[in-house]
Parts: sequence; structure tokens; C-alpha cells
Amino acid sequence: MYLTREEEGMLAGERGPGVSKAMELLVALGEVFGAERLVPVESAHVSGVSYKNLGEAGLEWLEEQAGLGAKAVIRATLNPAGMDMVRWREMGVPEDFAEGQRRVIAAFEAMGVEPTCTCTPYLVGSVPRPGSQVAWAESSAICYANSVLGARTNRESGPTSLASAVTGLAPLYEYRLDENRVPGKLVEVEARLTDPLDYSALGFVAGKLLGSTVPYFRGLGKPSLESLKTLGAACATSGGIALWHGEGVTPEAENMKPHLAGLEKVTVEDRDLEEAEEKLTCEVSDPVTCIGCPHCSLREVGEVARLVKGKELGRRLWVFTSRGVHAQADEEGYVRQIEEAGGRVYVDTCMVVAPLKEMGWREVALNSFKGAQYCANMGLRTKVASAKQLVKETLR
Amino acid sequence: MILRGRKVVGGYAEGEALVSPDPVSFYGGVDPETGIVTELGHAICGESIKGKIFVFPKGKGSTVGSYVIYRMKKLGTAPAAILNVETESIIATGCVIAGVPLLDRLDANLIKALKTGARLRVDADEGIVEVL
Repeated sequence: MYLTREEEGMLAGERGPGVSKAMELLVALGEVFGAERLVPVESAHVSGVSYKNLGEAGLEWLEEQAGLGAKAVIRATLNPAGMDMVRWREMGVPEDFAEGQRRVIAAFEAMGVEPTCTCTPYLVGSVPRPGSQVAWAESSAICYANSVLGARTNRESGPTSLASAVTGLAPLYEYRLDENRVPGKLVEVEARLTDPLDYSALGFVAGKLLGSTVPYFRGLGKPSLESLKTLGAACATSGGIALWHGEGVTPEAENMKPHLAGLEKVTVEDRDLEEAEEKLTCEVSDPVTCIGCPHCSLREVGEVARLVKGKELGRRLWVFTSRGVHAQADEEGYVRQIEEAGGRVYVDTCMVVAPLKEMGWREVALNSFKGAQYCANMGLRTKVASAKQLVKETLR
Repeated sequence: MILRGRKVVGGYAEGEALVSPDPVSFYGGVDPETGIVTELGHAICGESIKGKIFVFPKGKGSTVGSYVIYRMKKLGTAPAAILNVETESIIATGCVIAGVPLLDRLDANLIKALKTGARLRVDADEGIVEVL
């Protein structure tokens, strides 16, 4: 791989051991994937934050990196942690977990990564420009950045996104190059898409059918922002999709039309979506209802608030969002309306990365196929339905 | 016998080969405290990779596996070196951050050419594996 003189110097340690380590990682991966060179990136979104996933191993590595003096040189945001950093005790998170989690966040802060603790950095001000190179981890955010915003990122991991944050660079391969952004399969959507849940189900089905092939969807209708974010989250979970195109929906779709001839076609019907829903829905008696995978937009928090305002809940209802959206929802009165009814609006975390087993959870009801798949993997019983239906079921 | 391949992470190691025909997930598939492969149904379930020249096709599973390799290095349970048929980002990242020598794309079918128990010398800087 070609390195500029400046990059050679960074690798050799001219900007300190932290940058040198980061360069070593980027160069090794560049070599593995046949990158010709490194390319500047405008922002990083760093995953590997929950102490549940990192454990002592990841924490030690992060503290070591912080100790080497590495600092972010581009805007770097952070994925959700395993708990609300303020209200963790009320969530039922154990003390020793909280201690580990605090050390993780402290290490990231020492490296200049903003503790945004959200999977939706694009809803709190980090919005990549079309065509720009970024280094994002978090599969749902990768899908959103590549597909909806038309920016360019690979499926970065915790260590690679952090290495890009402290160097401002990433190896140039795969989705960073035009030739790898063309669709590999045509997905003809004949299913009726109304609620965001339908888009989540579609993403889940598409990921299962396509693996990591880039889909070109036809028949998506006019999806809302919420539908776009949940579609990508689901197809990155059931498959390894990092980029999708939607006819009349995503910015690069028009340019992909010449590549459609001869593409293999799959059709998704109502029945496919129903089957997906059945797979992740079992009998539940007293589930915790979770809305916010990916983290809620202001509109989603508002919808929950309207449904529960002035009423009383008979079951636990937890809404997950970012600090940024929480502040806006607070101003609109949504947070108060939800909490007065007995619900909770937590920030910094979600049902995917919180230590649900240690918190004593057995059943969960959600409006997200991504969230449901992860909860099922943790051994919880799950139910999938629309936010509207689930929230209504929590009312006394 | 001498095999030549691609250096991904440099370094030098000598040790006993442990050959797995199956891909390996370090997160959930290997116990970092002991170095024993714990994935049920895995071809080498129950074997220890500690101090071995660990030969397998490629990594699989969660990217958290990279941190597990790092943790094993700290605990002294990591393999002495890794040889992959064709590596991918989880193993490559783990070997870089842990400092475990890693080679891939060797000029022979690794899984068939190397036998568990054989003594190997790995000079990753030069991209050479020697069967002693």
C-alpha cells in the first residue's frame, strides 16, 4: 500500500505512540483488503462501547490507547453504552457493571471522542455530506450513512473507527470505491408498507435473502426517516448489508439504473413479512415494552407521548433515545407526559447493549427486528409489533 | 518443508501446530482464561490454543473477537502465531492490537499441508513458515 511521507512518519511514531499504533492497524487492514492507499475521512463513529460487549479485555485496550496519548483529530461520536450514565441504578444495572462502564466512557473522553452514546449520530448533528468519506462503525448507522446520506464508509469495527478518529484516515477499499457500490440483486417489493415496522420486517427479510450483497429495492413507496433508519438496521442484522439503494428514495439509486440489466431478482410479499414477524414473536405475559432501536427520533418520542398522555400504564414502557433528542423531547413536554404515565425515557443506552439478563429481564416487546433478534440471541422471549399497538397494550 | 505467504502482522514464533478445518470465533467460541476452544460442535472443541501456532481458514462471528485476542495475549493464553488461509478484519485487527504474528495466503493448502502436533517456525516478517 502506498503511504505519503507524512503517513510514513505517523506510522514511525512522529506523532506519538497512539497514532503509530492506529496507523499500524489501518495499514494492516489496508494490506489485507488490497487498498492502494489511505484516504482522509471527515468523521468517525466509534462502536464497542457497552461494557457488556467489551468486558475487561476491551476496557484494558481502550485505557491503554488513552494512555498512549491518542486524540481524535476529526469529529468522533460514540455508540450507546450499556446503561443510562445518570439513571443506571433506577434501570437495575449492577454496581460493578456501572463501574466498568464509567471507565470505558472516561477512556473515550480522554481520547477526545464525544460521549454522544447513540446509534443515531446523524440525528444529533453529525451528518456526513453526500460523497464524503467517513469511518463509521455501528451497523445501522453505517447503512444510514451509505444508503440514505450517500456518504462512504466500510463496516468499521471499534478499533478501526477509533484508529480513523485519531489519524483522520482510512484504507481505501470496498464501499469507498464506485465499483463496489453497485447493486448485486434487485428486490421487488410487493408487500404493503405502511408502518415503520413493515420496513423493519422488509429489511430483515432482505438481509436473510441477500447476505451482504447490495440490494436495489423497487417499490419502497415514500418511507419516513424513521422507516429508513429501521430498514437499514434490520438488514444489517439479519445479513451483513452495509449499503442499499431504493428507487426514488436514496441519492445514488438513479445512477445505478444502468447496472440493473441482468440482475437476479427476488420478490418480497406480505407473506414474507408476516413470517418474519412470527419467527420473532412468542407468547409473552409481562414483557418490558421497548421503543427505540435505533434510538428514537423526536417524532417517535412524540408519538409515544400522545398515546400515553394523561393515562396510566399497567406495564413497563421504556423509550430509548439520544441526549440530543431527549433535550428536544423534554422541551416539547413529551418526556414529562411519558414519565407521568409511568413510562421511562432513558438516554445513552438501549435494549441491545444493556445487560438485560443481569437486570432480570425475561420478556421484551419491541417495534424493531434488530432489537428483537439481539434480545432473542440473549435468550429472552420476544414479541414484535408496531409501536402504536405495543404502547396501547401497556395502558391499564 | 518451507511455505511462503503474506505477512499481515510481523513477528517470530516457534511452536506446535494446532490445525482447525473450521473457521473460528474468538468471542464466545474460545475461553480467554484457559485458551480452550468452547464452541459446541467445533472441529477442535476442547483443545487449547495457548502457545500454539494456530492454523484455521479464517475468523467468523462478532468483531468483539478482536478484543478477546488482545485479552488472551495479556493473560498469556494467546496462540504464539496465527496462520489463516485467507484472513479477515476480526482476526487481523485482533492480531495487530495484541501483537500476535499473522500470515495468510500461503503457497499450499494449509489445512491439508500442516498437521496438528508438527513443530513449526514462523518468521512473519519474512512471510515464511518452516516445518521442523
